[in-house]
Amino acid sequence: MAKAVASKADTAVLPSVERRPALAGRAASGPSVKVEMLPPAQRISLRAPETAIAALSDALGVALPNKPKTSAAMSGRTALWLGPEEWLVIDEAGNDPLADCAKVPLLHSAVGISHRNVAIAVTGAGAAATINAGCPQDLSLDAFPVGAASRTILGKAEIVLLRNGPDDFRVECWRSFSDYVFTFLSEGARDAAV
Amino acid sequence: MLLIRCPYCEEERPELEFRNAGEAHIARSADIAGDSDDDFEKFFFIRSNPKGIIYERWRHIHGCARFFNAVRDTITDKFVMTYKAGEPKPSKLPNNSNDVVAK
Amino acid sequence: MSGAFRIPSAGRLKQAKTARFSFDGQSYTGIEGDTLASALLANGVHLVGRSFKYHRPRGILSAGAEEPNALVEIRRDAARRTPNVRATVQELYDGLEAQSQNRWPSLSFDVGAVNDIASPMLSAGFYYKTFMWPKAAWKSLYEPRIRQAAGLGVSPDKPDPDHYSSRYAHCDVLVLGGGAAGIAAALAAADAGVRVILADEQAEFGGSLRFEAAAKIDGQDGFSWAQAAVARLSAMDNVRVLSRTTAFGYYAQNFVGLVERVSDHLKNPGHDLPRERLWQVRAKRVVLASGAIERHMVFADNDRPGIMLAGAARTFLNHHGVAVGRNVGVYTANDSAYSAAIDLKKAGVNVAAIVDLRDNPTGPVIDEARALGIEVNFGRAVIRAGGKLRVNSMTVQPKNGGGERTVPVDAILMSAGWTPSVHLFSQSRGKVAFNDETKRFVPGIYAQDCVSVGACNGTDGLSASMDEAYAAGAKAARDASAGDLGAKAGKGTKPKVDASESWSRGMLGAAPGAGPGTTVKAFVDFQNDVTAKDIRQAVHEGMRSIEHVKRFTTNGMATDQGKTSNMHGLAIAAETLGKPIPAVGLTTFRAPYTPVTFGAIISHARGPLFDPTRKTAIHPWAEAQGAVFEDVGQWKRAWYFPQAGEDMHAAVGRECVAVRTNAGLFDASTLGKIEVVGPDAAKFMELLYTNPWEKLEPGRCRYGIMLREDGFIYDDGVVGRLAPDRFHVTTTTGGAPRVMNHMEDYLQTEFPHLNVWLTSITEQWAVIAVQGPKSRDIIAPLVEDIDVSDEAMPHMSVREGRICGVPTRLFRMSFTGERGFEVNVPADYGQAVWEALWAEGQKHGATAYGTEAMHVLRAEKGYIIVGQDTDGTLTPNDAGLDWAVGKKKTDFVGIRGLTRPDLIAKGRKQLIGLKTKDPKVVLEEGAQIVEDPKQAIPMKMIGHVTSSYWSQNCGRSIALAAVAGGRDRMGDTLYVPMPDGVIEVEVTGMVFFDETGGRLNG
Repeated sequence: MAKAVASKADTAVLPSVERRPALAGRAASGPSVKVEMLPPAQRISLRAPETAIAALSDALGVALPNKPKTSAAMSGRTALWLGPEEWLVIDEAGNDPLADCAKVPLLHSAVGISHRNVAIAVTGAGAAATINAGCPQDLSLDAFPVGAASRTILGKAEIVLLRNGPDDFRVECWRSFSDYVFTFLSEGARDAAV
Repeated sequence: MLLIRCPYCEEERPELEFRNAGEAHIARSADIAGDSDDDFEKFFFIRSNPKGIIYERWRHIHGCARFFNAVRDTITDKFVMTYKAGEPKPSKLPNNSNDVVAK
Repeated sequence: MSGAFRIPSAGRLKQAKTARFSFDGQSYTGIEGDTLASALLANGVHLVGRSFKYHRPRGILSAGAEEPNALVEIRRDAARRTPNVRATVQELYDGLEAQSQNRWPSLSFDVGAVNDIASPMLSAGFYYKTFMWPKAAWKSLYEPRIRQAAGLGVSPDKPDPDHYSSRYAHCDVLVLGGGAAGIAAALAAADAGVRVILADEQAEFGGSLRFEAAAKIDGQDGFSWAQAAVARLSAMDNVRVLSRTTAFGYYAQNFVGLVERVSDHLKNPGHDLPRERLWQVRAKRVVLASGAIERHMVFADNDRPGIMLAGAARTFLNHHGVAVGRNVGVYTANDSAYSAAIDLKKAGVNVAAIVDLRDNPTGPVIDEARALGIEVNFGRAVIRAGGKLRVNSMTVQPKNGGGERTVPVDAILMSAGWTPSVHLFSQSRGKVAFNDETKRFVPGIYAQDCVSVGACNGTDGLSASMDEAYAAGAKAARDASAGDLGAKAGKGTKPKVDASESWSRGMLGAAPGAGPGTTVKAFVDFQNDVTAKDIRQAVHEGMRSIEHVKRFTTNGMATDQGKTSNMHGLAIAAETLGKPIPAVGLTTFRAPYTPVTFGAIISHARGPLFDPTRKTAIHPWAEAQGAVFEDVGQWKRAWYFPQAGEDMHAAVGRECVAVRTNAGLFDASTLGKIEVVGPDAAKFMELLYTNPWEKLEPGRCRYGIMLREDGFIYDDGVVGRLAPDRFHVTTTTGGAPRVMNHMEDYLQTEFPHLNVWLTSITEQWAVIAVQGPKSRDIIAPLVEDIDVSDEAMPHMSVREGRICGVPTRLFRMSFTGERGFEVNVPADYGQAVWEALWAEGQKHGATAYGTEAMHVLRAEKGYIIVGQDTDGTLTPNDAGLDWAVGKKKTDFVGIRGLTRPDLIAKGRKQLIGLKTKDPKVVLEEGAQIVEDPKQAIPMKMIGHVTSSYWSQNCGRSIALAAVAGGRDRMGDTLYVPMPDGVIEVEVTGMVFFDETGGRLNG
């Protein structure tokens, strides 16, 4: 019977496997908008009752927002309110929010979803129009101000939408929907000047 | 496309984000295994299907993902009100919510 | 020269910009800004189509969207052929090619016109009467002929090469209709700073100001004022102005569908522009300013080419600079047709006579017509038109009878009055009210936050309309916006009407000469060939409700939806019934207001955007290997991996043998995965699955069954306990979203006291199944931190560690019956880890296998697939899975359902195995099973085949089936009757390979 445990020495010579993000580097543009894949990021789905919010906020270094359709950001880390007791935490600075939450002994659930989601940036004067090609929410600055975040629909796919600036959106979707969502946004971008 | 007020998101959102989840206020017995055949029939199979006011469940599945309850008029399709899951059936409905507006 | 009937001194188009076009192959010249209709009329062409039923020659009735007759096909190329385009709406571009429709062999000689002679056989309701006998002839003769003859135009037969776009938009005030009233309302709202959308179906705003030559607003002529006002609106940040945009549907809560025709008017649309753009607008307030539509006079042969609405003739003259004839007659029951006569007379066209049905009307336009020397006849009717391909005379008679006089004319302009366009109001579920004095249906009770202004509200006169509209626009802005913006509404400068035209009411129904008792063809609905006689006949034959009259006669059912005909039809029905009009009622207006292309409705949702196509992280590898894929829901899954020269049968056979001989790699990434986390995770699992979970140790797995409350199997999958408070649950591929919804439903609404949360991790992890006797040898060199020996990691266990340097959740589990692992790695590493495993696998004779081999291998072991072997009516017991139901449990979803009388009764269908007596015969899945093949048809069916394959490993065919009382029939012979013979089968257990299961443990 083969000795089934690989020793550390064996692993040292293993070819390091490369990460192959979905649609890496894809970009498209329209008359007044750019649609670009964003680099990989660390993400967790965080669930916690009221009692743990303060401690988790401390551990994460960002105050978890508790108002619907809002987000909070600090040092490359953004927490999006998705629902009651539910946040999407995105870290673009290369730190691990899962490890930070693990230090909090209070009741909560943190699940790593860094690879589940991909992110697409939609930027430019036609950004809102591009997204409104398939998203039924009101994206005027009054209704969806800078910092607003929401799970919603784009065509036939679910997305999470975050407004980073008046003309700057981050669209998150599940990995296997990325081709559909990217293509949809590219089509929307063609018509975004209107 | 309807606009539905999500009691958790505290605003009206487009119907595309929601999914209907059947009639509301049908309690699952704490000792369901002990239910009689008649009780189980009432719980699982029988629905009121009213013409007029219906109490029903919706899920803001592509939004905050919460289930909630709604009062809707099946004739006009209009939502009278929505409220959070677990809250009691409203004893009194808001006035005029279904009246047509004379101008 | 852009046509012999062009009057250089009239109209607003610039003569310099000519556009060549063709109609039925004949070349003509028009001017940019023309519609196809105005350009044809400028060239003296009135005959443009044939009618639907009688194939009567037809001309141009209107100058707008209400056109029932002038439907043509516009052809850009072989794929861009659009039938039923209204010539009155299609804008001219250089090179436009149009064809007439509904005629053969030619427009001027149409064989189908025999229907006109045969019309006594084609009267109202003929569909219901004529083709009843002989019955057998319906399918073979009548239906094919009717289908050939029915329909307008020819559908394009090639894929639509154009693209269409869509946009959701929100605004405070949506103004529908860009005439004087709509513009006034938009100005009032826009000046307050609220978000305004103003839409109009025409290329240019202005509505009836296009032809109302006498209107003056703010010191300018009406049309110029409209252009200036819209230019000002367009320049405002808070206003979106949409021309060529039709509001086609008014839905719940002020949700309005509009179609913008973006490029149909362009010579070279290019590839960047969509053909049309669908706007789905949610407005806080809607202002309806949809105007009114002129009605025709109902008299004999009122459909001859050259007979048209008076307002249309004015539009052609005052806007396009086209005279619709050289010697025109006018037939009217109201004032507005006088203005047409006056304008034409002033432009140099002879007006042979005005025939006015009214007895002694007075008013400025009548005086002016007389002053211009036009013959005016009161109390007289046009009882008949002469001519066939073109009107050449009108026969005039005192309306109460008397001597006839025939007046030669080359056009007749008619006006029976104006019908308020309440279509959108009615679509909004508002209730119309009948004004007995003006004989009009006008908006009555509102159902939504909207308001009607101007002509569509029954408000007469330009000044009154604009005052009403301005006030309504301001109020809409105030109501839509509570803050400072609303307060500013209506504080701008209100437009001032300096001059306008006079208005009078008209008439409804048939005019004298087409009255009761006559059989003349006096058309009510031109497009559907419905005459006044047809409506009366419908009533005589028992139709009482206007809805029945409509369906019996097809009045108002054509593509124009009765825009000109509804009120006449209603009035004739009411008269015949001897009832007042409101007692007969009005048919419901339904969307769309005008026809909408499928392209606009579908918009982006075609080709790759028809539905998301989901691919796994390992998909590119399989594609490069030449895998054949199958659709599983939205997923593409590798079905099998054919090598050179292999067909599917050979490839699947090889893959199956390789897995049992050495090993196989399988992409299982599509399996649904849910992470269940929290101190009450096990309690929650106990409630959602039939199995017991509390005592499952961390590091171990269990096959779980999920039921619905009715006791039937809903889903299944292997669940690993990672920690006391953390489970990694797998679901079927197709079941992932609904299982998640089912679990959330119970967690949120039935068991909200539990401290547990659910997260979908389907796409977080790529899953590589490594199955077969050599599976451990393949993974072992790549795994760190995990002891994968049988002792340390037995069948049904799970470990967290690293593989190829990346994190893994490693499951020891099997859906093949062999020693097996499922390697979960973060999705972006999926392909690289697969490639590393593949390289290792090559040293051990491993193969890649697809979903077909996976299905065969699991069937060899009798493992069910939920949704294939179960159909929503099988219990765990039926499926032979009673062992997975926790007997000591007091609650789980489905526990009560399982004890329903019918679910514990004897004789239920049970899953069993089937072996064909001839091992080479493979049963068909879904085939029915009987006990006695000699019984009479219909035979008593006792079950059906759920899974059936050729098993290379067993050297024979194998099948699973659901058979009544199946487990009591072991060894019995049953029969599967097929079209080419009866197949004999033997009932067996469900396991065909390695019955003791020893191979699972190596």
